[in-house]
Parts: sequence; structure tokens; C-alpha cells
Amino acid sequence: MAECILSVEALTVSFNGFTVLDNLDFSLERGELRFIIGPNGAGKTTLLDLITGKTKPDRGKILFNGGTDLTKRQEHDLVRLGIGRKFQTPSVFTSLTVYENLEVSIGFRSSLGGLFRSVVKKDADWIRDTLEQVGLSERTNVLAGALSHGEKQWLEIGMLLAQEPALLLLDEPVAGMTHRERMLTGELLKTIGQDRTVVVVEHDMGFVRQFAQKVTVLHLGKILSEGNMETVSSDPQVIRAYLGRSRTLQRAEADAGPSVPVTSSRLEQNGDSLN
Amino acid sequence: MNPASNVSGKIRWSVKIGDILTRWGPVLLIVVLLLIAPLLVSDFRLGLLGKFLAFAILAMSLNLIWGYGGMLSLGHGVFFGLGGYAMAMFLKMEAAGGKLPDFMFWSGLESLPFFWWPFQFAWFAFPMTFILPAVLGGGLGYMVFRSRITGVYFALITQALSLIVSIMFVGQQAYTGGTNGITNYSTILGFPVFSQSTQTVIYYISVGTLVGIYLIFHFALSSRFGRLLVAMRDDENRVRFMGYNPVMLKTLVFTVSCGVAGIAGALFVPQVGIISPTNMGILPSIEIAVWVAVGGRGTLMGPVIGAILVNSAKSGLSESFPLIWQFFLGGLFIGSVLLFPTGIVGFFKGDIRQTVRRLSLSQAKGQARALLHAGIGGVGKIWPNASFPWKP
Repeated sequence: MAECILSVEALTVSFNGFTVLDNLDFSLERGELRFIIGPNGAGKTTLLDLITGKTKPDRGKILFNGGTDLTKRQEHDLVRLGIGRKFQTPSVFTSLTVYENLEVSIGFRSSLGGLFRSVVKKDADWIRDTLEQVGLSERTNVLAGALSHGEKQWLEIGMLLAQEPALLLLDEPVAGMTHRERMLTGELLKTIGQDRTVVVVEHDMGFVRQFAQKVTVLHLGKILSEGNMETVSSDPQVIRAYLGRSRTLQRAEADAGPSVPVTSSRLEQNGDSLN
Repeated sequence: MNPASNVSGKIRWSVKIGDILTRWGPVLLIVVLLLIAPLLVSDFRLGLLGKFLAFAILAMSLNLIWGYGGMLSLGHGVFFGLGGYAMAMFLKMEAAGGKLPDFMFWSGLESLPFFWWPFQFAWFAFPMTFILPAVLGGGLGYMVFRSRITGVYFALITQALSLIVSIMFVGQQAYTGGTNGITNYSTILGFPVFSQSTQTVIYYISVGTLVGIYLIFHFALSSRFGRLLVAMRDDENRVRFMGYNPVMLKTLVFTVSCGVAGIAGALFVPQVGIISPTNMGILPSIEIAVWVAVGGRGTLMGPVIGAILVNSAKSGLSESFPLIWQFFLGGLFIGSVLLFPTGIVGFFKGDIRQTVRRLSLSQAKGQARALLHAGIGGVGKIWPNASFPWKP
């Protein structure tokens, strides 16, 4: 069995008396590409919030690399440990150009004095390679605010790569993307996942089916099922909880369609943030 | 030698020079004007201009945190005032000539308070004009930023600070001079403060300080650090999740800004001859934000132009229309916010098209109506029996 990079033990968190994560145990192996799915309010985003230090748990531990307890640390500290996070809404710096966005994101390791000097050649090379990798080479000097939705998502993924994270958490990376953009993003995730552990929270079943190796289903703050897509989607418990009202997974997929419009993903975000 | 390459080399050079001129031309022009101003204007006007230069430095300090960092401080008058008081204490000690400063004597103090003692030394007092406001600002900033207080709440806290400090200074009359502040200086480092030659030297020191701070800001803000600051304004959370600690970055920038505001205060005092709690109150603190907004926040030159223009207009209008000048000033502010939302410099930097769109008829009508209602409401409060030929 491969080495465990993250293990979540008996994690419990509640907001205003509503239990969002209930005694959750969860673990990730190094190098995995894991998808987390589940209905609204299942606690997916909250789990990411806890891993990245945005929220503190009521009880439980999150151990990284076998030893460090993440629940005791501040957000920027966790990034330095090697945990990167992409938010649901693309968050890039809209007043800066694509290049400057990457330039800023690679500076977090340099000293304060280093920030007043221009980037060293190694970093400049890295920025060029990353632009290539996320397919934004031709948009180098465009203001990030002028990018399309999909391009912003890619830029943010590029910015995350600057952190050289051992563990990369992506919250709905393909929400609001066109079919072609989804495929490109899926391929990008595969490439990125070669040398790091990647966790993807996703609503889009078509995308999950196409790219997922291992899937975890969360429901009401608990793990309902875990395994490959076939195992999970044939699990009667999952079908009941995830879809409700006697629908089948396939029907839901058809309803959601290949491209969930941006507005619906916004609604889902609201739902999640209400948790 | 290939003549073509020679020609293209020449063109490249002229392009480069043109580039430098368009970028630095306006700055150079202003610096040259400031340098020859003592030859062109009367002593009285030069004194005013020197005061405006201190205000320009103050506006630059606010612009650093507001225009670039997105933190609006409505209490920058306090930091300006602290720098001013540090300088005033030095001047007062020199004027007292080893005796107790006059206002302490009037307030019944018998010996010099211990914290006044070191201010008789220039080597202590001059650095303190920067350090004192920087330490207060840094401490306050750290606590506020650590609690993740931003936006309007930050502005309110700084505004409360300006109220608290100015009331405190009024209350501690024996130590601070109370409402009257600290005034009646005689010499600065042995030279008579208000002689024309001393004032001209202080004027040139102000110009030098302004240029120096401008260059430092230019260097810092055009580096990666400057872009990080703008990034923090755009999305602080993203910066935090990129491995930076925004608390420390914001505290650093706020500390520097407060210190620079203190330097502005220190330049203000010997030119104006007084510092009092009035200079630290809420109103002057808000005025700083107006200078920055009119000049153009988020641009380096904007606050300088804004501070000099608004204050020139203020003194010009108050001379020509002693009774109603404040209406003109109010109109100027409203007009510039409506017409140039990015300030004068922002406007000339290519906002012209947006401004034209902003002036589109329907919107202009709505704004005019809102202003009219506000105006009539105001008149109605002052003059309740007023009758209007139309219904407001």
C-alpha cells in the first residue's frame, strides 16, 4: 500500500448547531487523483476549508504527511507546507496582467527584499513554461480581468502550480466551462496529477465519469461510498441519497447535461456557503 | 558598416528618449516649476505652496494604502499630527531656551514632563517625526489586520482613532498645549524660523522630500512588491492562500504610510507656525481622502496634483468669495467625483471614453435630480419656512 499523504480522523464541525461534517474519517494516498462528489450541503467545500485552515474543526485531526496536524495552523503556513487550493469562483487578480499574476504567485518564497528586485531567470523560465502548460502563452500581457471564465480558471491553476504543492485541492474546476474547455482541463489535471496528489470536488457527473479513478461520495457530512465510478454509481445507498426521488444516476446526468450553466453553479456555491 | 542598422539604432534611441519623456515629462515639469517657484511668486504665496507640498506628501502617504492597498484610512490626520507635534515640541524647547515652555507654566506645571525632555535634541526629535506615527500606526494596524477587519470597518476604526486622539490632545492641556496646540516658535537649529531665507530653505527641503518619497514610492510600487499590494487589493484571500501573510504585508505598508504622514506633519509645522488638535480631527482626515480622490488614486502623481490643486482652489476661492467660497469647493468635489471618478490623472490616462459614457443623458439626469433633492432637503432643514415654486 502506498504512503498516506493526508489522513482525516474523526473530524466534526458544525455551524449554528447544524452538523456539517460528522465524525468523518478520510484518507488520501500520495499521488492519487481523487474526486469528491455529493449533493449540496454534503460538506465537500467545508472539508476543503478545514484542510486549508479556513475553518477550524470542533473535534478531530487532519494529519499531513503522517505527522503535522493541519488544524492548528494558519492558512499561509499550510500553503508553505505544500497544500494548494483553488476556489469555486475563479479568483485571480483582475488588475494585473496574466504574467504579473504568475509573477506575484511565485514570489511567496522570496524574502521581502527579493520582492523589490526583478524575478530571477529560473522564475521567469518557470512562468513561461507554466503559461505554456495552462495554454495561456498568447494571453501573457492581457489583464486577467479581461480573460474568459475558463481562462481565469486555468490561470488560477497555473498560479497554484507556483506553490509546487504536494497536495492540490480543486473546488469545481470545470464549473461554467464549455465542453472543449472541460476536456482540456481534464487533460491538464491528468498532467498535473503525475507528480502530486490532486483532490477535485465536482458536480458535473460527465466530467467525473470521464476522468475519475477513485471517487468518494459525501452525504450529510459522512462518507457514503468510496471506490471507482462503477462501484459508486451502482451503490444503492448512493443512488438513494445523491439523487433522491427514485431517479437514477444516468437520468441525473442527462438532466444536468454536458454543460452546467454558470448560473446554476453560482446557486450551488450559495448553497454550499450556507452550510 | 551597414547604414540601415545605424538609422534604426538612431530611431530606437529617439523612441527611448520619447518614452522617457512621456513617462517622466510631467514629473520633470512639475519639479522644475517647484524649483523656480521662489523666483516667480511672492513670499506669501511661496509659504502657501510650501504648506501644500507638505499636504502633497500627506496625500501620497494615504494613496499608498488606499489607492494601491485598498485600505481607506480616515484617520491619517492623526499620524500627520503626531509628526507635527514631534517637530513642534523640538521647536518649542528651542524657543523656551532651557526654561519651561510658556503654556506649561500657564497650566501650572512646575517641571518639564519626562517625555518632553529628549525632544530638545534634533537627533531625537527629527527621527521621531517618522517613528512615532509609524509605531502607533503599526501597532494599531497589526491588531486590526489580524482580526481581518477591512473596508468600511477599517475606515470607521481609523476615524474613531482621529476623534479619540484629538480629544485626548485637547484634554491634556498641560502636556500638549490643549486646543491652542503648540505655537510661538523662535528659531530652528539657531536660525530664525520665520525669516525669509529660513522659509526658502524649508521650502526646498519640502521639495526635496517630496521628490525623494516620490522616487522611493515609484521604485517600490513598480516592483513585484507593488503588484503584490495591488493583488491584495483585488483579492486578499487569494493572496493568503498563495502563501503570503497579508497581516504582515498590510501592517508593513500601513506603518510606512503613517511614518510618511508624520514627515509631512514635520514639514508643515515650521512653515505654518502652529500645530493643534484641529489638524488631527475627522474633518482634515477626510479632506486628505478628497485630495487623493480628486487627483487620482492608484496613480503616483495624482495625490500630489490633487493636494496642490484643491488647496490652491481653497485659498483662491476663500480670498475672492470670503462668504460663499465653501459652496464652490463643494461643487468642485461633487463635480470631480461625478465627472472624473478615477481622478484627474486617471482621466488623462485614458478614462476619457468611460467618462463620456458616464455622462450619458439618462444617468446625468438621475444624478442631477438626486443632487437637487439633497440640496433642497438641506435648505429646508436650515430654512424650514422656505417655499418652492415647484414640489421637491
